[in-house]
Amino acid sequence: MTKKFSKSTLWFLGASILAYAVLEILISTQILNTFWNTIIRIGGVMAIVSIGLNLIYGFNGQFSLGQWGFYAIGAYAAADVTYRWSINKSADGLVVLFLATTLSGIVILWLRKKLANIRGLDPLSAFTIYLAATIIMSALAWWVGIAVTPAVTGALNILPAPVAMQVVFVIAVLLSAILAAEISFLFGLPILSLGSDYFGIATLGFSIIVKILLDNSDTLLGFVEMKGARGMVGIPKETSLFWVFFFLVVSVVLVRNLLRSSYGRAIISVREDEIAAKAMGIDIAEYKILAFVLGSFLAGLAGGLYAHINGFLHPNTFNFIKSFDPMIIIVFGGLGSITGTVFAAFAWALILEGVLRLFLPQGFETWRFVVYPLLLLVTMLLRPKGIFGEYEIPFLRQILPPIRKPAETPENNSTVEAQS
Amino acid sequence: MSKRLLVVFSFLIVASMLLGACGPAGSAGGDTIKVAILAPLSGPVPTFGVSTRDGILMAIEEWNAKGGVLGKQIEAIVADSQCTADPAVNAANKVIDQDQVHYIIGEVCSSASIPVSEIAEQKGVVQISPTSTNPSVTLNPDGSTKNYIFRACFIDPFQGLVMAKFALSQGKQTAFIMFDQGNDYVLGLAEAFEASFTAGGGTIVGKEAYTGQDTDFSAILTKVADSQADVLFIPDYYNVVNLVATQAKERGVTSTLMGGDGWDSSDLDLAAADGGFFSNHYSAEDTRPVVQEFVSRYEAKYGSKPDALATLGYDAANLLLAAIEKAGEDDPAKVKDALASLQYDAVSGTITFDEFHNPIKAAAIMQVKDGKVIFADSIAP
Amino acid sequence: MNTSPIAQLIQKIIKQGWMGKSFLLLITLLAVWRLVVALQENPILFLQQVVNGLQLGFVYALIALGYTMVYGIVRLINFAHGDVFMVGAFVSFYSITRFQLHTWAERLFPAMPDGVSLIIGALTVMAASMVACALLAVVIERIAYKPLRNAPRISALITAIGVSFFLEYFAALNFVFSPNFITYRRPIEVVTWAIGPGGITTLGGGIAPPPGTILISNIALIIILTSIILMFGLQFIVQKTRIGKAMRSVAYDKQTARLMGINTDAIISTTFAIGAALAGAAGMLYAIAFSQIFFWMGIIPGLKSFVAAVLGGIGSIPGAFIGALIMGQAEVISAAYISTPLRDAIAFSILIIVLLVRPTGIFGEPEREKA
Repeated sequence: MTKKFSKSTLWFLGASILAYAVLEILISTQILNTFWNTIIRIGGVMAIVSIGLNLIYGFNGQFSLGQWGFYAIGAYAAADVTYRWSINKSADGLVVLFLATTLSGIVILWLRKKLANIRGLDPLSAFTIYLAATIIMSALAWWVGIAVTPAVTGALNILPAPVAMQVVFVIAVLLSAILAAEISFLFGLPILSLGSDYFGIATLGFSIIVKILLDNSDTLLGFVEMKGARGMVGIPKETSLFWVFFFLVVSVVLVRNLLRSSYGRAIISVREDEIAAKAMGIDIAEYKILAFVLGSFLAGLAGGLYAHINGFLHPNTFNFIKSFDPMIIIVFGGLGSITGTVFAAFAWALILEGVLRLFLPQGFETWRFVVYPLLLLVTMLLRPKGIFGEYEIPFLRQILPPIRKPAETPENNSTVEAQS
Repeated sequence: MSKRLLVVFSFLIVASMLLGACGPAGSAGGDTIKVAILAPLSGPVPTFGVSTRDGILMAIEEWNAKGGVLGKQIEAIVADSQCTADPAVNAANKVIDQDQVHYIIGEVCSSASIPVSEIAEQKGVVQISPTSTNPSVTLNPDGSTKNYIFRACFIDPFQGLVMAKFALSQGKQTAFIMFDQGNDYVLGLAEAFEASFTAGGGTIVGKEAYTGQDTDFSAILTKVADSQADVLFIPDYYNVVNLVATQAKERGVTSTLMGGDGWDSSDLDLAAADGGFFSNHYSAEDTRPVVQEFVSRYEAKYGSKPDALATLGYDAANLLLAAIEKAGEDDPAKVKDALASLQYDAVSGTITFDEFHNPIKAAAIMQVKDGKVIFADSIAP
Repeated sequence: MNTSPIAQLIQKIIKQGWMGKSFLLLITLLAVWRLVVALQENPILFLQQVVNGLQLGFVYALIALGYTMVYGIVRLINFAHGDVFMVGAFVSFYSITRFQLHTWAERLFPAMPDGVSLIIGALTVMAASMVACALLAVVIERIAYKPLRNAPRISALITAIGVSFFLEYFAALNFVFSPNFITYRRPIEVVTWAIGPGGITTLGGGIAPPPGTILISNIALIIILTSIILMFGLQFIVQKTRIGKAMRSVAYDKQTARLMGINTDAIISTTFAIGAALAGAAGMLYAIAFSQIFFWMGIIPGLKSFVAAVLGGIGSIPGAFIGALIMGQAEVISAAYISTPLRDAIAFSILIIVLLVRPTGIFGEPEREKA
């Protein structure tokens, strides 16, 4: 078995396990207290969202500001499931979400096969068909789910309570990630045909719409337990350092393997030059949506983890101003560098919430947000391509380095350049 | 190059973490009592945070001038919590873990106070929120009261009830409600007002939402003017009230404006809000010495009249410090019991806490008239 | 392959995109139906709401013009534009309260009629905030954007966000501007007129307007007038002057423009300055309209104006104008007749739908293929 792993893989896995072990030891010995523990977990969650965005923007070149909306969807969906389990003692959320996501997923995949035969189908029509299909499936899931719930609740109750909680939590996080991915598929279908900046604005609109819906989640959406703008309370605090680390490593490996595959090379080729990629026979729309859906999947995953850190969700956390945070992180770390993204996410959380909080003297608390943009500015001016540029640790490096256009001229303002 | 950067950066961050982790923890204990102030000093509403902090700091200074509490000086530690869950949690963790405080005054917004209250409850730190009106701040999700969490302000239903009672007693029959859909304080007051007003025989002729960042209310105010309601209930903070009142005048709205304690500020546009009523914790005309002293001292120190946030911050700090003195020991477990049974003569009346850790106190109703805010009525709970 | 007529029909429907089109049509029809019902119920109220929307739209237009201008030339979403707008409002506030700039004509020439001196005073204040903003923008451009002109475009966007944060929080410091909400004392008294079949009456002192009238204030008229003047002025600069010609050539192809002897750096700085001057004027008018200023005031109007500029086709001056008017109407009408909680959601949905139908905005030119 071990022969299958290369040296760099072993290095990577070893280093991750070592880092995790060191952190756990530091926490158990109280050298790192809850303050740092929380910040590290937030950093890990931000790293997952940002890796997702880096896939969409850094590797695929689609300027998306909608990552925060999918993060919000993931957070609220996962929180609702675990809330219903821990407070209502019912698995109805879990069952309905499971059925809705799997049924919709199956139908979407089935429709894709069918629709692929129709040439010249415009994205909007496809969107309408998919939308109708998912709505029908969700209704079906609701209807079946309510009937099946007691049996599932009973089955889960056989497990000891903490174990059952963990099981529900992990499934909820994964399902909410799938939900975010499916919504991103529906939304991305018509939107991804737009040009770069227009796509960015449309996705920003999406984030804002999600936030407004969450403000009214109890009245308009009918989820009374989400309590709209009062904030959702009573979510079990299940996100331990282990889960954050586990999912972070899984995300990194997932994205790394994707990028090393032929899919990944196609995704990158779309970023490099759409026209050339098209000429090579790459289905651009297909790879744009693939990157977008996977990126949103990671956003949903991170959202699910985030919801269980503080046990409290408020729509203001998903304000559009904060939606720039992942964008800042990936540019800060280096577009198209996973190493940089992970690193920048932790650095961002540690500096903004940790270091600046501790070392600004009394009376200068408000200066935190004067210093932060200055740091951002200086970094950008000194290293316009981010701290790491495109550097990757050996494990994450591409087998073949991506082919770059020689002496790219950013001064030219055209579509293609706009996406690099 | 980049590899070296990676190493250097990692080293710097780990070093600063360890430095931070070890540094302040060593200096715990000592001969001061540390009190943390969590307030939104950055983010969308720093002005509320600054008012609250100023009120709290003034109370602490007064106690220190009197010789402190239990013979120890009080050390205030201010942390910025941005009115948002994550920064508030980080700020709370920081003051509890790094600074080893046992007492937290804050946060201002319920959406930040709720997650902080869960941490405080879990770690046995007494928290008193000056201004968070959401019932979930002091209540667990299952409805039981959190042991260590208190508040110094009314909860939402009370002010809504008071204003509905008052409006009906003034012969108002119809009301139009405007509320900020993203602000639980406003939402709570609006809902309580609606319930009490209809229960008392009044009619709600319209209810419209806006968001906290809106500045243009013309669409809603045109509806208000068209409905010809007797009362326009707008239980938001003074900044929104200023905008609404100004535009209402221009839209030909003749309804009487009414609201809650968010109106109470020296920045309220008295000309625009003329004729309006709002509920408040105290009246500046109150002749009780504690009120008069507070108002004059605050004006001398900060150069403006205290607003509701400063008043509640001041009261919250006083309540907490009085409880520490009553407990006779710097022990949060004892202080929380002392606080629960405390009776204290605060600016906003003689305060005792009910079983849900909400203060029991009367509300004053103030009227904006001819460029002044005057006392109109007092309504007991 | 099934070739029955029904299957063929279905194939045809799907292929020609009728499903998508009918989906959009359905949504549009629903909205139109709602509006027609509203118009029938109370035409005067409806008209009043349209006027409200118009006023808001013109406010957005003022900011959107600056956005579209900068974007058209350097392709940078200048997130700091909204904050420059905020600075403009504050500068006008301080020049009124601290320096009494709006009364200089009156003090210097007491014989001048009140109206004239007031207009001169107000224009001076506006000029002051325009100049201040233009200077600020040039400084920002030199420090934060120019060094990044050869870097990836996103780096400049991130510095724009950084500049935006910095301006906000720096302005919020006590010794700079203020973290408080400030009531803006208007240099001009507000007069509201009720226009109806019975003629024009002036409103005031808590008197209900006569039924069947539409209200409009002098502030609204000033805003509408100023934004129209500024739009035509801008259009003139861009289309008719030498510098406008240079701007257009830089927008079209920067390198070739440089080869043709155009000082591209100077042109870009000028673009930023003009855009910021517009933001300064907008800041003052906005402050007069809403009589409250605040260090975060630039974010939401900035965002919405930017969206308006995108809606109209970014880079196009008439487009920004029309887009802003649509945005204003969308917001007010959806708040009035569809749902107030969903007001912004509807406005953004309209944006997305317009982009789906016309991917480069209403007036936008299709993006050029790279040569």
